[in-house]
Amino acid sequence: MGSVQTTSSDIPMIELQRLNKWYGEFHVLRDIDLTVRKGERIVICGPSGSGKSTMIRCINHLEEHQAGDVIVNGITMTRDVKRVEQIRRHVGMVFQHFNLFPHLSVLDNCCLSPVWVKKTPRKKAVDTAMMYLERVKIADQAHKYPGQLSGGQQQRVAIARSLCMHPDVMLFDEPTSALDPEMIKEVLDVMIELAEEGMTMLCVTHEMGFARTVADRVIFMDEGQIIEENDPETFFNHPRSPRTRAFLGQILGH
Amino acid sequence: MLRPFDSLPRRGRGPLWRDPAARALVFQVLLLIGLASVIGLLVHNTLQNLDARGINTGFDFLDNRAGFSISQTLISYDGNSTYGRTFVIGLLNTLLVSALGIVAATIIGFTVGIARLSPNYLLAKLATVYVELFRNIPLLLQILFWYIAVIRSMPSPRQSLSLGDMVFLNGRGLFVPAPEPQTGFWFSVAALLAGSVAAMLMARHNRQRQSRTGRRLPMGWIIPALVLGLPVMVFLVSGSPLQWDVPALKGFNFSGGLTVLPELLALWIALSIYTAAFIAEIVRSGIQSVPKGQTEAARALSLPPRLTMNQVIIPQAMRVIIPQMTSQYLNLIKNSSLATAIGYPDLVAVFAGTTLNQVGQSVEIMAMTMAVYLVLSLLVSLLMNIYNARTALRER
Ligand SMILES: Nc1ncnc2c1ncn2[C@@H]1O[C@H](COP(=O)(O)OP(=O)(O)O)[C@@H](O)[C@H]1O
Ligand SMILES: [Mg+2]
Repeated sequence: MGSVQTTSSDIPMIELQRLNKWYGEFHVLRDIDLTVRKGERIVICGPSGSGKSTMIRCINHLEEHQAGDVIVNGITMTRDVKRVEQIRRHVGMVFQHFNLFPHLSVLDNCCLSPVWVKKTPRKKAVDTAMMYLERVKIADQAHKYPGQLSGGQQQRVAIARSLCMHPDVMLFDEPTSALDPEMIKEVLDVMIELAEEGMTMLCVTHEMGFARTVADRVIFMDEGQIIEENDPETFFNHPRSPRTRAFLGQILGH
Repeated sequence: MLRPFDSLPRRGRGPLWRDPAARALVFQVLLLIGLASVIGLLVHNTLQNLDARGINTGFDFLDNRAGFSISQTLISYDGNSTYGRTFVIGLLNTLLVSALGIVAATIIGFTVGIARLSPNYLLAKLATVYVELFRNIPLLLQILFWYIAVIRSMPSPRQSLSLGDMVFLNGRGLFVPAPEPQTGFWFSVAALLAGSVAAMLMARHNRQRQSRTGRRLPMGWIIPALVLGLPVMVFLVSGSPLQWDVPALKGFNFSGGLTVLPELLALWIALSIYTAAFIAEIVRSGIQSVPKGQTEAARALSLPPRLTMNQVIIPQAMRVIIPQMTSQYLNLIKNSSLATAIGYPDLVAVFAGTTLNQVGQSVEIMAMTMAVYLVLSLLVSLLMNIYNARTALRER
């Protein structure tokens, strides 16, 4: 499998420093340290309930951390509403269940935030939206409603909707796990293309083929901790931790 | 083209009575015939009884002189007016309290419903108490409470609660100044119309401008300036041609100005507060029916909370809210007939009450009264259905 050319630089895009989070008594994230450089593609895997979603949702403050620092593009996350919204403008997110707005057409889904938040002229927002919809190969459905599209099509629209805000980094939380097998490829293809264009990506997924193709680093999480991180080659062929080995054994079926 | 059910026989084989569709049709026809006979029998029987007692039938009585007085008349009415006029007066009074109630109940209901979901603990608890309190006490009791315990127990006119010696509230009702337009006031009205049209055109221009350039004009200033500023200027320039008839204490009561009867006030407050409690629950459950993922997606797109509410949550919640709102509006209209209990002259109190007592033609009068509520209900349902169809989601 041919791998995507690395384009990462030394500029840190996301820094998580001794990040800790609790749900009541339950310690979900324990001392997470992670730096994502501009242009880097990172795949995160790990058993269900290990805190993968919680970690990436702390990056755009969908979840609040209790200790440590989240720094995005040099801005430290606080509770301040203005600052949170400022950080979110740099961070796109794609969800497992798409979360498109069902009352808006595909095009309006893509234009809502550019028009209302960035005050982009609508005509320009439409042009941008059509450009991205073209790139995810769904421009011909622009005037349909999400309920009229298949899961794979909806997820591609969701990716285009995020891109319309011109994010510096994209977060993906299991973008293909709610899809029927025959639709997974169309979404992964879009993500691979995005990686080839040099987008900084943080992707929770169990699609190991995708990880081998695009990831600069693969991270394994268990029980709220980062257990192991390595380049895909080393990660898959010579996992260090027994927990990683057990997990890979399960997921790759050997 | 292949259709999956083409291969199935249209009708089950065997005798006709084995066919469910035919059987259902026969039952429905029988039911219809039965129903028609019962109604026919009832009408025939009643007419015969009325005839035997020497009571007139038909709608001729509507042209007869009524000769009784009504405490609130929105159109002119005197001792020489007809029974037909009492019908119109009752109907207008019902429409007045219903319209006032629907507006107030909607505003209070939305406010309380959104407050119930507020992260502010005190506000949310207060809203909960409101809902539980007012929807669990019988409406009739609440009407009597507002009428007897609150409004009728206000001080006598001499000790009225007053607002700047213009508005007075006492046990006899609410007294507000009545506007009396003088010659030339017409220009201000025209200015108001012109200003409103200009504001509408500006708003449209602004939408196009936003589409083109992304910038919005400061409409928060422009619209009030056009709609209010322009007529006020014309009004002042034309020499303030409007006088106020301020209510004044004459003897034991106020005269002049506009009087809102204590009965209307009590009925309006009770209907609004009671119905608002149900609307609040509908609004709350409507908002909660929108999946959490929608808020998260909006946040991830850096939409601020107010925009998230207005652009994402409310439009989706409306699909759940509207059909249930329809039935609350219908309830309010029908509940307004409890007016009889405190003597507010609504359709039931006036027409199905006093008029019926005097005329005695119960079949005609009851039929007319019921027809009014039926038509009102169908009208409201129709309007709400049109609105609902326009906001419906498009699925595949
Ligand atoms: N809102 C919440 N309240 C309490 N516990 C939660 C909440 N959200 C997630 N958790 C728990 O936190 C742990 C990590 O969840 P999550 O980050 O979703 O895991 P993953 O994405 O790796 O499957 C799980 O054990 C989950 O049950
Ligand atoms: Mg998860």
